[in-house]
Amino acid sequence: MSQRRSIRENPALSVLPDFRKPGTWLRVLLVVNCGALLGTLAANRESRLFFAEFVELLALIEPVTLASLALLSLAGSWFTRLPRWLGATLVVLLVLLVTAAVRRLFAAMYLIEPDVAGFSRISLWVVIGVALLLGWFEMSGRVRSPALAEARLLALTARIRPHFLFNALNAVLGVMRSDPRRAETALEELADLFRVLMRENADLVPLSEEIQVARQYINLERLRLGERVRVVWDMTDCPPDPLVPPLMLQPLLENAVYHGIEPAAEPGEIIIRFERTNSRMRVELSNPMTVADGHTSGNQMALTNIRQRLMLFFELEATMTTQVSDGRFCVVIEFPYRPVSEA
Amino acid sequence: MSDPLRLLLVDDETPARARLRDLLGDIAAEVPGTVVAEAAGGIAALERAQAGDLDVALIDIRMPGMDGVELARHLARLPTTPAVIFVTAFDQYAVQAFELAALDYLVKPVRATRLADALRKARRRADDAVRLEKLCEAVSSQSALAIRQNLSCLERGRILLVPVTEILYLKAEQKYVTARTAEREYLLEESLVRLETEFRERFMRIHRNCLVARDAVGGVERAADEGDAEARWQVILDQAAERLPVSRRQWPQLKALLRLRAEGR
Repeated sequence: MSQRRSIRENPALSVLPDFRKPGTWLRVLLVVNCGALLGTLAANRESRLFFAEFVELLALIEPVTLASLALLSLAGSWFTRLPRWLGATLVVLLVLLVTAAVRRLFAAMYLIEPDVAGFSRISLWVVIGVALLLGWFEMSGRVRSPALAEARLLALTARIRPHFLFNALNAVLGVMRSDPRRAETALEELADLFRVLMRENADLVPLSEEIQVARQYINLERLRLGERVRVVWDMTDCPPDPLVPPLMLQPLLENAVYHGIEPAAEPGEIIIRFERTNSRMRVELSNPMTVADGHTSGNQMALTNIRQRLMLFFELEATMTTQVSDGRFCVVIEFPYRPVSEA
Repeated sequence: MSDPLRLLLVDDETPARARLRDLLGDIAAEVPGTVVAEAAGGIAALERAQAGDLDVALIDIRMPGMDGVELARHLARLPTTPAVIFVTAFDQYAVQAFELAALDYLVKPVRATRLADALRKARRRADDAVRLEKLCEAVSSQSALAIRQNLSCLERGRILLVPVTEILYLKAEQKYVTARTAEREYLLEESLVRLETEFRERFMRIHRNCLVARDAVGGVERAADEGDAEARWQVILDQAAERLPVSRRQWPQLKALLRLRAEGR
């Protein structure tokens, strides 16, 4: 699962969780035991009896849960192919049956007394518990569904600054008469950049592609800012072609130009460093800080956007931190290293 | 009416100025104008505007150093203020403010017809300083471009710029405010209350008539007893000899600042 290259490979939406995965077992056991603890707490009358009551409840609940999970994992994907209501009902019935069987067994072993009234009360709790669990699984499944992730990604990527677009167009118009060739190149670069921005950026891309996009963007900015913007690439510790999230570099650069270069009277340097340490890629991008820059809130928005997109690709395996040192603003992104050749 | 308009172009981006020049050439038949000067920044533009021979200034808003809004605020104080037309690529807050103040602004990329309209309007009425100042206030209250980096002081018909970072303290005296730098004093036509709100980050009030730059405070000492109950403590400055009285009301804030600083070191 950690080798995903596209957010389309996020687990598919299904009503029922995959009971064969240890993660599912863990979550079920956690919730069931917490529920048992809360239930005992609520029903408890004398605190010195609390522990005994809890253990007694667990003695019944634990075998039921484990046996149900075992049966469900044996049934495998059969359940998921049914309509959602039928699948859910069958799961509830199965757990009820298991409960009855376990109680039967315990009664046969003289561990508990068989009483009919108690069973209907327990059944009610089982139904409620199972329904809550299934509801929870469905909700968390939805959050991570590929369709939703794609929609969110789309919403997140469509945000190039209008400031950049209009300034770039204005700059092209500015050189149109004096240097038509430069204007031509700039329009081609703008077209290329927007082609990348508007495609579906759901797959990891080779770093070389990202660098290409970043260079085109910087060329466009150079048209209007001239020598004020300088970019230093440090690729000495970078493997030949790692896979990186699409459109990560360009927004970072745009941010650096907007906050670090444009408000400064002096030319400024943006330093980009790529390196690999064992199984992780590290990207570091820094720009000079200017006192005059009052647009801190906008800055946060751009960075939040990039962070959210990183999460869509790598979940918790990626980190993004920012720091200020020596008058420079620095963004550091780390994510798992995946070479292109492995594809 | 037939004299060509004398124009100043202010933009930090060379192609943007080139674009304006091209367009002005295109509409020369409708609205004749000559570009008498170009500037790549606010300070150079203000310097040029001192000559007082300009009709219109076309000013980009987002510029390094002194931005367009700050430039306009200083221009408004010149004896002969040129009409100001703002040019902006995209700043929704600024644009909102211009609409409120009904002053002319152009959005990049600028179109020839819009430029011609704006110039015709500018020809009809020279900008009065009051309206311009009002506009700049409207923009300041709405956008992040608010805080000036320089205060301006009119001396013998010329504008002197006082960088805010060099000011040690601001003191209200009757209808003027005195700004003290390490070298000298400047008379400003500003109100202390407005300065206080604009430069809250940098200055703190220590007396009803005095704001001091936090960085400039060297320490405090007890005043020699003059029977004046209000000024018991005085601020010592690192770069100037005079002492500034602290009022009883402002004393707790100053004390907090000094304590914070002691802990920081």
